[in-house]
Amino acid sequence: MIEAHFISAKTICTQYGIEISFVHELVEFGLITLEFQEEEAFIHQDQIGDLEKILRLQQDLNLNLEAIDVIFNLLRKEKALKEELAILRNRLKLYE
Amino acid sequence: MAYIDYYKTLGIPKTATEKEIKDAYRKLARKYHPDLNPDNKEAESKFKEINEANEVLSNPENRKKYDKYGENWKHGEEFEKAQKQRQQQSQYSGQGGFSGQQGFSGEDYSDFFESMFGAGGRRTSGRSHSPKFKGQDYHAELHLDLKDVYTTQKQVLTVNDKKIRLTIPAGVENEQLIKIKGNGGEGYNGGPNGDLYIKFIISNQTYFKREGNNLYKDVDLDLYTSILGGEILVDTFDGKVKLKVQPETKNHTKVKLKGKGFPVYKKEGEFGDLILTYQVKIPTNLSAKEKELFQELKKLRHHD
Repeated sequence: MIEAHFISAKTICTQYGIEISFVHELVEFGLITLEFQEEEAFIHQDQIGDLEKILRLQQDLNLNLEAIDVIFNLLRKEKALKEELAILRNRLKLYE
Repeated sequence: MAYIDYYKTLGIPKTATEKEIKDAYRKLARKYHPDLNPDNKEAESKFKEINEANEVLSNPENRKKYDKYGENWKHGEEFEKAQKQRQQQSQYSGQGGFSGQQGFSGEDYSDFFESMFGAGGRRTSGRSHSPKFKGQDYHAELHLDLKDVYTTQKQVLTVNDKKIRLTIPAGVENEQLIKIKGNGGEGYNGGPNGDLYIKFIISNQTYFKREGNNLYKDVDLDLYTSILGGEILVDTFDGKVKLKVQPETKNHTKVKLKGKGFPVYKKEGEFGDLILTYQVKIPTNLSAKEKELFQELKKLRHHD
């Protein structure tokens, strides 16, 4: 089952040209989580999008992990506010 | 095809140093980067513009060519020929152009850029070209009418030439986003496929107003029924219902019809309520007889 949704951290490192220590750093920052099976680390495929985003932000904008963590938190807040805005906008249609 | 002033795009003078170009690009990239502006087409297109400007101006050879021929881009080919000749004469075996880009397709460049620099003009300086593993996420909008989402329905969508069978549960909300896992672009080198995100845009051409699972509607009530009570026939979303009106019903009285509202999303058989607001209509163009009778009613009321 783990194979279906999880990708080995080793494969990820090879694919993106990153060190396993960097992956552990991301885990420490709470930016991604790892699952272990027989001492091998795996990443859930739903987190690959976030990982790619982290790499882009780091390379394109020269941001450190603290800044990326702040951005992720703000983006989550923005998403929640957008959803609330959509609900309020729909409610407003009652009075139009 | 219009000339693009790359200096203006980055907001720098023509005399800008490499560091000034880099700083200007970074500053704008921090503002318009697509990862920082999700679902913002304007920012995405602005980012492409500044990225293109950076591709040209941060590359000494491209910048030289642009400065010399930019406004007369049509002569770019002549420049290329002259360059080639010079290279042959000096037997210089340098690599022409740059290695191919990854993750940033030709479509991301303007016609002006393609015309002046072609594919060889692109390089990996500006936007990162980290190897991709997960396939691209697709975003689509599906426009439906309120009537369409009253019942669960199946639709076949074509996204990027791929047919996707989609079950749209009844009660989906306007602007609701659903994720269809693995239906985005194909993954690279065995990576997972991207996801498909569908945003529902639901227009409402009906007389009902919707808030969540509840529906709202104004119902006209003639003066006599509002005073004396009676029975009326009211339209609900799925047919007509007979309704008893209490005597002496006031204007703007609200009546709740339980379970006659909109289906609850992903809860089969559950419905919201229909809330009716009575709008009492005052009769107009009264006949002499009617006026007389109203006068009589008025007198009776004053005697009480």
